Amino acid sequence: MKPINQKAWWLVLPVFICVAFSAVLPLMTVVNYSVQDIISPDRRVFVGTEWFAAVMRDEELHSALWRQLTFSLAVLAVEIPLGIALALSMPARGWQASAALVLVALSLLIPWNVVGTIWQIYGRADIGLLGAALAWLGVDYSYTGDATDAWITVLVMDVWHWTPLVALLCYAGLRSIPDAYYQAARIDGASRFAVFRYIQLPKMRGVLMIAVLLRFMDSFMIYTEPFVLTGGGPGNATTFLSQYLTQKAVGQFDLGPAAAFSLIYFLIILLLCFILYNWMQRVGTADPEGASHE
Amino acid sequence: MARIDLDLAHSYLSDPKQDSDYALLPLQMSFVDGGAYALLGPSGCGKTTLLNIISGLVRPSQGAVRFDGADMTARSPQERNIAQVFQFPVVYDTMTVADNLAFPLRNRGVAPDRIKTRVGRIAEMLELSGQLNQRAAHLAADAKQKISLGRGLVREDVSAVLFDEPLTVIDPHLKWQLRRKLKEIHHELKLTLIYVTHDQVEALTFADQVVVMTRGQAVQIGTAAELFERPRHRFVGHFIGSPGMNFIPARWREGAIEVAGHRLPIAPALAERLSAAGEFMLGIRPEYVTQTEAGASGALPVEVSQVQDIGTYWLLAARAGETVLRARLNLASAAPDVGATVWLKVLGPHSCFYGGDQQLIAAGVEPEQPGASA
Amino acid sequence: MQLTLAGVAKRVGAAMHLYPLDFALQSRAVTVLLGATQAGKTTLMRLMAGLDAPSQGRVLVDGHDVTGWPVRERNVAMVYQQFINYPSMRVFDNIASPLKLRGGLDRAAIDRRVRELAAKLHIDPFLDRLPAELSGGQQQRVALARALAKEAPLMLLDEPLVNLDYKLREELREELSALFASGDSTVVYATTEPTEALLLGGYTAVLDAGELLQYGPTAEVFHRPRSIRVARAFSDPPINLLAGHAVASEIQLTDGARLTVSLPTDAIPADATEAGVTAGIRAGALRVHSQPGDVALAGRVELAEISGSDTFVHVAATVGPLVAQLTGVHDFQLGAPITLYADPARIYVFDSRGALLIAPDFPGAR
Repeated sequence: MKPINQKAWWLVLPVFICVAFSAVLPLMTVVNYSVQDIISPDRRVFVGTEWFAAVMRDEELHSALWRQLTFSLAVLAVEIPLGIALALSMPARGWQASAALVLVALSLLIPWNVVGTIWQIYGRADIGLLGAALAWLGVDYSYTGDATDAWITVLVMDVWHWTPLVALLCYAGLRSIPDAYYQAARIDGASRFAVFRYIQLPKMRGVLMIAVLLRFMDSFMIYTEPFVLTGGGPGNATTFLSQYLTQKAVGQFDLGPAAAFSLIYFLIILLLCFILYNWMQRVGTADPEGASHE
Repeated sequence: MARIDLDLAHSYLSDPKQDSDYALLPLQMSFVDGGAYALLGPSGCGKTTLLNIISGLVRPSQGAVRFDGADMTARSPQERNIAQVFQFPVVYDTMTVADNLAFPLRNRGVAPDRIKTRVGRIAEMLELSGQLNQRAAHLAADAKQKISLGRGLVREDVSAVLFDEPLTVIDPHLKWQLRRKLKEIHHELKLTLIYVTHDQVEALTFADQVVVMTRGQAVQIGTAAELFERPRHRFVGHFIGSPGMNFIPARWREGAIEVAGHRLPIAPALAERLSAAGEFMLGIRPEYVTQTEAGASGALPVEVSQVQDIGTYWLLAARAGETVLRARLNLASAAPDVGATVWLKVLGPHSCFYGGDQQLIAAGVEPEQPGASA
Repeated sequence: MQLTLAGVAKRVGAAMHLYPLDFALQSRAVTVLLGATQAGKTTLMRLMAGLDAPSQGRVLVDGHDVTGWPVRERNVAMVYQQFINYPSMRVFDNIASPLKLRGGLDRAAIDRRVRELAAKLHIDPFLDRLPAELSGGQQQRVALARALAKEAPLMLLDEPLVNLDYKLREELREELSALFASGDSTVVYATTEPTEALLLGGYTAVLDAGELLQYGPTAEVFHRPRSIRVARAFSDPPINLLAGHAVASEIQLTDGARLTVSLPTDAIPADATEAGVTAGIRAGALRVHSQPGDVALAGRVELAEISGSDTFVHVAATVGPLVAQLTGVHDFQLGAPITLYADPARIYVFDSRGALLIAPDFPGAR
């Protein structure tokens, strides 16, 4: 009775082809490289999982991964609370609200490499405002010489660049809470903290989840800014995963290990996002056994 | 609990000049301790503004709010000790039902065992006992609204509990049960309850005293029977009842009133007031219009324009001069034909007369038996 | 326009949204689709409009099969619960939009038509405003005017008044009735309210759980419901249903088993003497003052709901819960004893399967 219309497949075809060329084929190329040793353009040897094993044993990679994890978690630990605080302190309506939104969004409009350049100049002791100010205060600061300084500078730069995104997302979440909730809380005699804990935070859960995932993924793939600012140094102090990958692939032309590493990198991000997402889902909705504070 | 006295006016504009600039025109009103009140009116009539003034969410631009004689105008909702339930359910998603109900008490430092008994009692009244340990976020809209109601009722010492159209989200066939619950709770807890709604059923069913509002003005305060039988303002006659009261232009002329070109003699008791008024409106509810034989006293000849079978009665529409008159006639009697001329009795104990300012000037053409309708 | 649905059904996944039904709409009249939420009113309407295709069956317009035709190729106007207008267009342009789309009308003709419709719906003072600047009632009037401007032979209205205050609803319903009566479109009007169906008159189709239960002139469906399900769907307040069984020419009610209702001898078929029956009493048929021959039903007042014109008394009676509709305002104390009286001549009787056995006479009966 019900005719199944096969014509629909033709309509999906263009999208299918686009996806194939933009995602599936490059990915398959990477998979292809990761299991072969390419000796010269016309000589290649199948090596199986050898590159994967080699990458897994790579000490340098381990330290880069460790550095990367620490950095991403630090980014989340600073940017999420700071973003929430910023959103809470932004005016709700009137021209002040528009002004605050524009001001906050400014840093998001700057390209990554420019951000790196700005901070590179900003932090210099001779001509940079920050560097000069710190030097004047007698702080021994050098992002090119001191590993900790470099690491902190990259972190602060990321916080400066991306906290506004978290703030904007939270701000949107806050604005969607009906006034009745605040009125009800006032009438219930709730404290400012209780309002935050029981109304604002639960209502922001959705946008916070998006913010955490975005910031985690983005920071985990950070490349341009530290590359421009420190070039990964001093030593390897700010060499994060993607920079290490690029060094391998482009610098040393080890295409096989680089491909294997890319795949592992991709899987790590996927896995961590999956864990984060599920954890946040549970935190927000699970039925609390005995969670009542009696 | 407290007696609440209002003597105020409110405008959202900083410099109101004319009546229409006011959300609330100057009004004086008292809410007695333990009473059940409703503020009834169409959207935009100022009822929610009035409610928010009582709760302290809005500060009136003029005048004062007094609780037991003490000036509360500048006090916050917490200081006034008010509870309020909103149109849409407000629940704390991350808390259980029990924690939601206990929240207003915990914030005020009530002892845990007292909280427990009180929460138990309120949950039982609202039939939420079985769901106390569930997370509030997962419940249906009507259960959530019950939680909101419960949070409003849980405090024993409140000055008043205010409701802002709390049954909007409730399924129609569950509404009457919740109305009944509210009435029972009022009897049991003896709290002062003030209820805002645009729905006449809600207001008339729930409240002992209904305040009818329109355009920022409280036009009548009274029981359901008073509002139905003796609307003091034409708006009340129109708004209460469906269809609302019929209004027919009439004037005083040489010892009788003239309605739609027809002279109707009238009792001397009313003659004085009506003759002073000159021109006025005759108001009669469709429920009280009856069909009579031609030429009967107090009856008008009208031309039938529509007859509808509404299941339990005939709804008749008829032309009396320029005015359309509606009548609810007994379904057992034969329906008149469309286009026919019939006589409808419009003068009787239920007739009301309204002056140019829309206010009632006289009522009841024949001696009235009190309580005849009950 | 003659719209006919032949064996039409709608299935979404495993769920049956609409069971197979045959439905020939009364042409150039108002048909009310009456049913609770989820009864299938909107599903049926979307099939009529062509917004959805039926899972089986055919949709015929004037005898032509239009099943599967896209909605653009049918001439249908639709009004929804939500007040849907073009937000960036003035009220005038909103109403004029179907006229402009249709083409063939010059500016003056469009102008005249828009003003005429606006005057009919009392929105002529607002023609230069944007929809957002109007109240809810006015916005819905604009949507109605736009639908009427289309002069479509089929006009579908899906609970158009449900989001308005009740006084506005009353006013607009009356105006709509007059507009429908003066036009010659076939009108389908979905509502959950039995009273609204009665006020609109015309024809009523009762839907329940995806089934079309009965279709006919509104008063006839109301007074002669084919089954308990129809009676239930077409009663507000709900019809009082009392279980019992037929004994000779009487009904012995089960609860309390001490109330009997006299019935004409020939009303009960032979096979019903053993089987259970259900007595149905509409709320309007119960009264508080007895008349000779009435049946008395004692109980306690649960709640008196007052609408102004009527008081609905909910009673916990020995025979079960009852609701009585009394004209005017009456005050009752919660829990007070009360006796309700029913005229046996106004009682419905349904057989054990729920089919109508006897119905009281009604004024329009032929």
